[in-house]
Amino acid sequence: MDLKIVNYGAGNIKSIQFAFQRLGYDAVLSHNPDDIIKADKVIFPGVGEASSAMKMLKESGLDALIPELKQPVLGICLGMQLMCNHTEEGDTKGLEIFNTNVKRFSNNVKVPQMGWNTVANLKSDLFKNISEGDYMYLVHSFYAENCEQSIATSNYDIEYASALENENFFGVQFHPEKSSTVGAQLIQNFLDI
Amino acid sequence: MLTKRIVPCLDIKNGRTVKGVNFVDLRDAGDPVVMAKQYAELGADELVFLDIAATLENRKTMHEMVLKVAAQVNIPFTVGGGISSIEDVDALLHCGADKVSINSSAVKRPALINELSEKFGSQCVVVAIDAKQIEGDWYVHLAGGTIPTEIKLFDWAKEVEERGAGEILFTSMNHDGTKAGFANEALGKLSGVVNIPIIASGGAGTIQHFADAFIKGKADAALAASVFHFGEIPVLELKKELKKQGIPVRL
Repeated sequence: MDLKIVNYGAGNIKSIQFAFQRLGYDAVLSHNPDDIIKADKVIFPGVGEASSAMKMLKESGLDALIPELKQPVLGICLGMQLMCNHTEEGDTKGLEIFNTNVKRFSNNVKVPQMGWNTVANLKSDLFKNISEGDYMYLVHSFYAENCEQSIATSNYDIEYASALENENFFGVQFHPEKSSTVGAQLIQNFLDI
Repeated sequence: MLTKRIVPCLDIKNGRTVKGVNFVDLRDAGDPVVMAKQYAELGADELVFLDIAATLENRKTMHEMVLKVAAQVNIPFTVGGGISSIEDVDALLHCGADKVSINSSAVKRPALINELSEKFGSQCVVVAIDAKQIEGDWYVHLAGGTIPTEIKLFDWAKEVEERGAGEILFTSMNHDGTKAGFANEALGKLSGVVNIPIIASGGAGTIQHFADAFIKGKADAALAASVFHFGEIPVLELKKELKKQGIPVRL
């Protein structure tokens, strides 16, 4: 399987590569649009600050490419947030793949949310063999508002979308590559889609 | 619901795990990669690796270890010890570390916290604070707790949050190595002073000590070493007991 990880200078990509490797797959980094278009599946990672990540995406022309992709695409963490309409972080316009907005947690809770939280209201094949109430590892200060495209929700401050799906596009707020055996199952499910 | 984290800490010297009792008298407790994998399987929520030698020649050994851990372990981990620049952090994140922990270098040059959080994001910047209570007041100590400063714990905690730290790892020098419980009063006060997660460290001896750190100390995570390494408190048993007491944990 031709797996490409979009490499635009954002995030800890090594962990994602290792997670695929543990399942017996080789995921290759690429910033080359021609290679990414040809891939069977695309992983869109991201850690850091939204406006500077979007700036890096634009500089490499990948902001125009990603919404046009036809194969399954998995956005992780900030990757997922950038696929939404807009994020409050740096007042950044997103790729408008998921019809929802990203907001900052209120100071009623500690920010960032850091640690293991449950996922519920699971809807997609992406969560095959994953149960309501299973735990995923999350680190984030901003969250996607719950919407019709939510395929999983979590609770912290409020109920929010911890996973989204729109046609061939998937996004997860948690880090499946760091979420023990449950996270590995989700990655396997993405490979099986 | 977000759960409370149980964090085994592995002190590393020359590629091996050691544990200091009151930061001296080191004992060997095994191969860090094997131990990390075991902890992940046994239900640890996160791991911390502390390079206690942190010499230049040791750095390469540390990078190799981080790469091996990242390849084999499917839970998040933090690496600390001797980190003082953007380059140090960049190298560790490239090897697959999820977070880095800085301590003395942040006290010596606080702008380092801003630089790291701007470059890599707050989520991977843990500021470790070693502090000692002297005549009622808590003072920050450097170099593994050996050098006292005049900086007060709560002022420093507030400052590191403002500068962009994503988390604070607070070790009480008064409690570390005593196995008599965590510094719950100071921990509780810390949670009131800052709005970022606090990892409690120093003093774990019994299961009840962990429960107290979460309830009385309002900690978000609790770190320990020897009670885990020598099997005195199995991680799974600890988490089951915490759950019985109504503390949210991942089981």
